[in-house]
Amino acid sequence: MLNKIYDWVDERLDITPIWRDIADHEVPEHVNPAHHFSAFVYCFGGLTFFITVIQILSGMFLTMYYVPDVVNAWKSVYYLQNEVAFGEIVRGMHHWGASLVIVMMFLHTLRVFFTGSYKKPRELNWMVGVGIFGVMMGLGFTGYLLPWDMKALFATKVGIEIAASVPFIGGMIKVLLAGDTTILGAQTLTRFFAIHVFFLPAVLFGLLAAHFIMIRRQGISGPL
Amino acid sequence: MSKNRVSRRQFLSYTLTGVGGFMAAGMLMPMVRFAIDPVLQSHGGGDFVQTELKVTDITEEPVKVDFSFEQVDAWYKSDVTSVAWVYKSGDQIIALSPVCTHLGCMVDWGADSAHPDQFFCPCHAGRYEKNGKNIAGTPPTRPLDEYDIQEKDGYLMIGPTKANTLS
Repeated sequence: MLNKIYDWVDERLDITPIWRDIADHEVPEHVNPAHHFSAFVYCFGGLTFFITVIQILSGMFLTMYYVPDVVNAWKSVYYLQNEVAFGEIVRGMHHWGASLVIVMMFLHTLRVFFTGSYKKPRELNWMVGVGIFGVMMGLGFTGYLLPWDMKALFATKVGIEIAASVPFIGGMIKVLLAGDTTILGAQTLTRFFAIHVFFLPAVLFGLLAAHFIMIRRQGISGPL
Repeated sequence: MSKNRVSRRQFLSYTLTGVGGFMAAGMLMPMVRFAIDPVLQSHGGGDFVQTELKVTDITEEPVKVDFSFEQVDAWYKSDVTSVAWVYKSGDQIIALSPVCTHLGCMVDWGADSAHPDQFFCPCHAGRYEKNGKNIAGTPPTRPLDEYDIQEKDGYLMIGPTKANTLS
């Protein structure tokens, strides 16, 4: 049945080369854990992406209940976690996944560093990776405020003060993030929400695409 | 060995699809259940709400009665005001819902000067008789809903709606 649908579409649009291009690629022996178990260190990049997908999905579902407003944010989070079926699990996925992305990304960075995979000709991909690291940190920072509890509020106060300590433009960065010169409130929350769900994910998609295109173009780096 | 041997490639593709499907399902099941929760949540039958209308003041002529209650909308609680059209038919008190059964606008008693003894909906000129029966040839497809009512200390209490029992 599915084969027939596939054949019907393929006959008209010739889609086989498209996915072949994406799915068929060489996996050298030295990165295959079936050959050398220690090669599992090569999985961390894929695991980072896998958890990122979970973050995107669970985040999309969370916005069905969440409101970025100082009066209702905490209440809506409380409601979705305690009154909605599986709310604890979906929010838990997003909460724990956020930490796990950072851990996996760090392990992936260590692997790339210690296998020397960043060396010529892969310097550009390392730079894009550093960009992804920055975006992930930004996502973590902006997402932390959204539940609008005491911990989130004071963590963000500290974070914004750190941003304000940048020489010369620190004050402007602070107002840009908080939306007000003194108050950390309604405008901060809506800004952080917009950055968290629209701006940073958009940047992330672009950087991830560049990261993956480059690795397919250059192949996996050779054995130690 | 049976004739239809499962090739190594087939075995791998079955197991990988199976394990992958299991993982995807484990990931998506909580999220989908989370998303469809409003559809599956049970709603308790509404309570009766006190109005300021004395039962003895109700006449044969339908009057508009406002009644307020606290509405719990997920994390948002608010006081909302609803409306009922109340009149007496013999010694029976009738409270009709003002919500047009066509597309949900609010009907008014006698608002159409050509039909002063009918409920009239301004949106698409739907009309109902006094007992809520929809008039053939106008857009509504069923009669106006009816409120459950009670009397307490001489005042009218209005409860949840039910299908019209009069027409």
